Amino acid sequence: MSRIRFLVNGAPAEVEVPGMRRLLDVLREDLGLTGTKEGCGEGECGACSVLLDGQVVDACLVPMSQVDGRIVRTVEGLALAARERGELDALQEAFLELGAAQCGICTPGMLMAARAYLDAGGGPDHGSIREGIAGNLCRCTGYQKIVEAIATVAAGEMA
Amino acid sequence: MPAEPPIEVPSRLSEAYALLAAGPIVPIAGGTDIMVRITGELGPLPERMLDLSRLDALEGVALELGTLVLGARTTYTEIRRSALCREHLPALVGAAATVGAVQIQNRGTLGGNIATASPAGDTLPVLLATDAEIVVGSHRGERIVPAVAFFPAYRRTALAPDELILRVRIPLLTGREVRFRKVGTRRAQAISKVVMAVSWRSHGKTAGWSDVRVALGSVAATPIRAAGAEAVLEGARPTPETADAAAEALAAELRPIDDVRSTAEYRRVVSARILHRIVRDAGSW
Repeated sequence: MSRIRFLVNGAPAEVEVPGMRRLLDVLREDLGLTGTKEGCGEGECGACSVLLDGQVVDACLVPMSQVDGRIVRTVEGLALAARERGELDALQEAFLELGAAQCGICTPGMLMAARAYLDAGGGPDHGSIREGIAGNLCRCTGYQKIVEAIATVAAGEMA
Repeated sequence: MPAEPPIEVPSRLSEAYALLAAGPIVPIAGGTDIMVRITGELGPLPERMLDLSRLDALEGVALELGTLVLGARTTYTEIRRSALCREHLPALVGAAATVGAVQIQNRGTLGGNIATASPAGDTLPVLLATDAEIVVGSHRGERIVPAVAFFPAYRRTALAPDELILRVRIPLLTGREVRFRKVGTRRAQAISKVVMAVSWRSHGKTAGWSDVRVALGSVAATPIRAAGAEAVLEGARPTPETADAAAEALAAELRPIDDVRSTAEYRRVVSARILHRIVRDAGSW
């Protein structure tokens, strides 16, 4: 067992877990942050996408030993700043507005991959957006509305 | 939840060597291959793990006397963003861009691609085509293994049980061109059906190519060089006749298999077409 300290959505967290425990399991089981979903558990579907030091990763592939001292952001933290104003993150608003969520299982991961894409300076070009979310599978929407939602935010944030 | 094996997190190479010598212990870098195994659904769990994430000696990309040197823990994202890689070896940048998608590229490493030794490893044909050298280390010291000798059998490497991959050295030759092409079911998150890297040195329009390397993945039990196609291209100019002969030689020498991702026939035909296309593009006809 290892004592691992890190930041989750701006707040310090400390867990006593095996170093090989998956970040996904610590988020969901130990910290109760069930917004991050488990799809395939093997890095194919992107449902468990979170930001680790600002980079989008599959939480099912990250051992806790590599999270010590680092910064994790999950879908719960996406609207952290906005929530104080009673609002959602611009991406969440755009997903709602443009019908980019259907069953919802891919949505948290899709939002985090999109956030990483935008934070890295990604623009509204659909081809680039599709590459940015290529690691996130959606079996409902056909992706078009998701791409449009991200493009809308990208265009707005660039203006 | 899976039952997690114990993990050691050394911060010095000497500690890592000592742990490896006391083995058995399985190194983990980005975890994109290894973490899939800890559910236990794909076979027995490793007994102990060796986390490489604190070993700074495995980091960084540098240019040393005409050689591109990449630390084993260099991620695909770092390769894609590296000014040195983009300038000196765009084929490796291209290969890195075809691995998984952003999430995998942010975590997966060049050393991990080598250590996993999958016949479909996307960067491996580039390493074979560029005469790359793998520098490995243990408590006994360092040694250099040519990439072409690093994959002796299916998912096997030339590593001794106590050795660790430290870095990759890729000699940069004047006038050398390197081309990369991967064919998978879709553009992202796909394991290759055929993956190929071709390199050659050109010496002006009228002279023939030299130092030709044709390297492929997903068409044999290991990443391979195609000696027959290389022999056709060596000394030749990129004419239509050369392209036809090289493609024919490649199709004749490959012995791919049918599996869940593709068929032997598809792999043979597509490999020949890719090589034909690369020669055609080089000849601008």
